[in-house]
Amino acid sequence: MKSLRFLVPLAIFLGLVVFLGAGLKLDPKEVPSPLIGKPAPAFALTRLDNVGQTIRREDLLGKVWMLNVWASWCVACREEHPLLVEFARKKLLPVYGLNYKDERSAGLRWLANFGNPYDASLFDQDGRVGIDWGVYGVPETFIIDREGVIRFKQIGPITPDVIRTQIEPLVRKLNG
Amino acid sequence: MAKWIVGLCFAVWAVSAFAGEAAPAASDPVLEARMMRISSELRCLVCQNQTIADSHAGLAVDLRQQVREMLQKGQSEQQILDYMTARYGDFVLYRPPFKATTALLWVGPGVMVVAGLVILFVVLRRRSRMPQDQFDPDAPEAAQDPHLT
Repeated sequence: MKSLRFLVPLAIFLGLVVFLGAGLKLDPKEVPSPLIGKPAPAFALTRLDNVGQTIRREDLLGKVWMLNVWASWCVACREEHPLLVEFARKKLLPVYGLNYKDERSAGLRWLANFGNPYDASLFDQDGRVGIDWGVYGVPETFIIDREGVIRFKQIGPITPDVIRTQIEPLVRKLNG
Repeated sequence: MAKWIVGLCFAVWAVSAFAGEAAPAASDPVLEARMMRISSELRCLVCQNQTIADSHAGLAVDLRQQVREMLQKGQSEQQILDYMTARYGDFVLYRPPFKATTALLWVGPGVMVVAGLVILFVVLRRRSRMPQDQFDPDAPEAAQDPHLT
């Protein structure tokens, strides 16, 4: 027993390595949302491309849908955009945009330039609806089920891996 | 001439910056003080080591405005903190509540101090019971060290 005592520092060191290694993998920017499993916050916003048409939370009840928070000033949204366009083409579920703290003209120009994956974009100029949805790092993506409950939230750009391993299985399950 | 223009630019900038910051405070200093006190309890999620009161991030400015409006509507501090927690989770609170998921956070440092004291006590007691010849005599060695003489 005594002969193995020299291994104690090594064991402590390995323990530290495991803890620090796990710490490196955690992303402190990803705060778990308390909204998962809760009813989606109410909203009534005009369409980005049509001031006269208002879309409310109730209008979307009964279907599984995606809400993607974006803005023309958001650099990461531009990175994410081609992937979202490609995803929307598959027509797995309706994709709505939340145009967050943007200008109408800038938002529309952005969609014209880079393609429009959205069934409709909701225009949230003062960011109030964003606050209700707990948005803090654009882009963010939510999946809402038929009952209007938030089932998934991605903070930051979605990736092909997230679509394949999380979003698609979840949408199939919710629609199935 | 160039110096003069730069000076003017700074003057204009200073005045406009001052006007932008000071406008809400002038309206109701008591409300503003309450707003800042509550905001300093809330973490800015965009810049995580700052409070909403300290941060200049767009979201922090919006949330300060939100706190201000809720106070104007006569809502209590607890109602405002609940409103923020419902949206951003316990993480927004600089003093999170004590519950199962935060127990380690609150108790951890105390447990570590107690564990350290226990280890120290055990080691010292074991040493005090060791016979003298277990220890190296250090005084003569120091005297022989040529660097010290």
